Amino acid sequence: MSTTDFLSLLEHALNIKKRFLGMYKSANAGHVGCSLSVAEILTFVRFGWMKETDEIILSKGHAAAALYSLLAEDGTLTEQDIATFYKNDTYLAAHPPVNKIKRIPFATGSLGHGLSIAAGLGLAQRLKKTEKKIFCVTSDGEINEGSTWEAALFIAHHNLTNVIWLIDRNRLQGFGYTEDVMQLDPLDKKLEAFGFAVLECDGHDFSSFEQAKQKTIIQTKPVAIICNTTKGKGWTTYEGQVDCHYLPMKDDQFELVMNEMDNDFERRKKELI
Amino acid sequence: MRNEFAQAVIDEKNKHDNLLFITGDLGYMALEKVQERYGEHFINAGVAEQNMVTVAASLAHEGFVPFIYSISPFVTLRPYEQIRNDVCLHNLPVKIIGNGGGYGYGIMGATHHNIEDIGALRVLPNMRVYVPFLASDVAEAVAQMVKDPNPNYLRLNMGAKVTNEVAPFSAWRKIKSGNKGVVVGTGPVTENILNASFADELEIWVVSILPIIELPVELIEAVNRTGKLITIEEHQGECGLRETLSYHLINHLNSGIKLLALSANGYPSGKYGDQKFHQAENCLCGENMEEAISEFL
Repeated sequence: MSTTDFLSLLEHALNIKKRFLGMYKSANAGHVGCSLSVAEILTFVRFGWMKETDEIILSKGHAAAALYSLLAEDGTLTEQDIATFYKNDTYLAAHPPVNKIKRIPFATGSLGHGLSIAAGLGLAQRLKKTEKKIFCVTSDGEINEGSTWEAALFIAHHNLTNVIWLIDRNRLQGFGYTEDVMQLDPLDKKLEAFGFAVLECDGHDFSSFEQAKQKTIIQTKPVAIICNTTKGKGWTTYEGQVDCHYLPMKDDQFELVMNEMDNDFERRKKELI
Repeated sequence: MRNEFAQAVIDEKNKHDNLLFITGDLGYMALEKVQERYGEHFINAGVAEQNMVTVAASLAHEGFVPFIYSISPFVTLRPYEQIRNDVCLHNLPVKIIGNGGGYGYGIMGATHHNIEDIGALRVLPNMRVYVPFLASDVAEAVAQMVKDPNPNYLRLNMGAKVTNEVAPFSAWRKIKSGNKGVVVGTGPVTENILNASFADELEIWVVSILPIIELPVELIEAVNRTGKLITIEEHQGECGLRETLSYHLINHLNSGIKLLALSANGYPSGKYGDQKFHQAENCLCGENMEEAISEFL
């Protein structure tokens, strides 16, 4: 991947984040931190990895604003669509809708469904003999769900290498730290024991994603990538705290976080060049 | 009905190659031929019903028509949210097969029974529930389900043993005429009234597809004429035939119609037995049922 490609990813990520921050601010809505956590994961998959025919399943449906913003960035949704977010008479609910938006094949929002959705789509591609890949983005909290482990067993058993599981490992869930609520670590060992090739990356850094992508290509087992992230990345008021899952942004916080998005972009751009 | 079902899904596979068969690790001495016929289109998803349902939804999204099979409660109540969210909300043609609805698993006990399945599933969006009466209904029920682009649930049981001539499978069938009252039943349990001594005096109907969309005019007329309605179901009346039929009938009634609702109320004695034991305890067969009906009539 060239410097230009990385720069393009940074620009997409900046647009995506600033767009959904604006959406959350207009709606006075929460889940800001969940979207900031997953923004670079979605950006990299869409603009740095997947082919047009591949699918993204956002299992952590509460980060729908990040997904809608991504789909506005790739032209699937319009800015007029985006303006309806959270309002009456919209398709853009707080969680992805049923059968209404191209590139959202399944409504999500109840945790622990996405990996099974990806497993079924992956199996279907095998039966239909297509090359299509399914990128499934889950939270770490939803790994508490038994259904996630059922899906993990199924994917490994059927060696569904066309499913790529990206875990947004921000270490925070609904009411506490993941390790305090229901210990997940050593998550890599658990996933390996289930039959996955487990990779790790910095979930906010595109060069780290690119390395994980290159390693994925050579695996013969299904791949799970633990993307180490910070919930609320860039919203310094509540970054890394449970609060950023629920609270809407105040006017001054919004200004700060929008500035931080620009500053972060400039920092990363400078590192590139 | 299990053998008839196995044969039906084999026959349908010969007509529709996009059928898949997914089992939740059940089918010993029943599905071996299905497995053989379906080949790579037969998948044992293991004892993991939540995943099985969602995987089936995704396969349906991609153009397949999957049957998913297990003992009734395990394939309906355990993965209920997966059925609602991933199958029904998205209106995908997943065909859920529950073996042994009602008290079908007899002495296996309460965990293996399902007296809430029809009620739980008929209220889900886009869902159509199939409840065969006779074993010979199963082939046509499966054929209709395969053609139906909606999600379906099929409740398998022991087929009713009857001497009456019964019309081919359809949503509503009048089994016989009678002047003292009208019986509406769903599933093979209806045979308990049909084969009872007083059946001569009763008009008997069977409903096999739910939710009820509309009632046959002839049925409404018979209820108004006799003034007495008996419902029978191996299922909770609260969310079952009793409730839904009452709702559909209420605007068509003349006045003074009396209702006797026979339904499965769980485990009155807290003890277990075979299917007939549970039916008898719940006034669904035998002396208790006959007394209740005689008194009512």
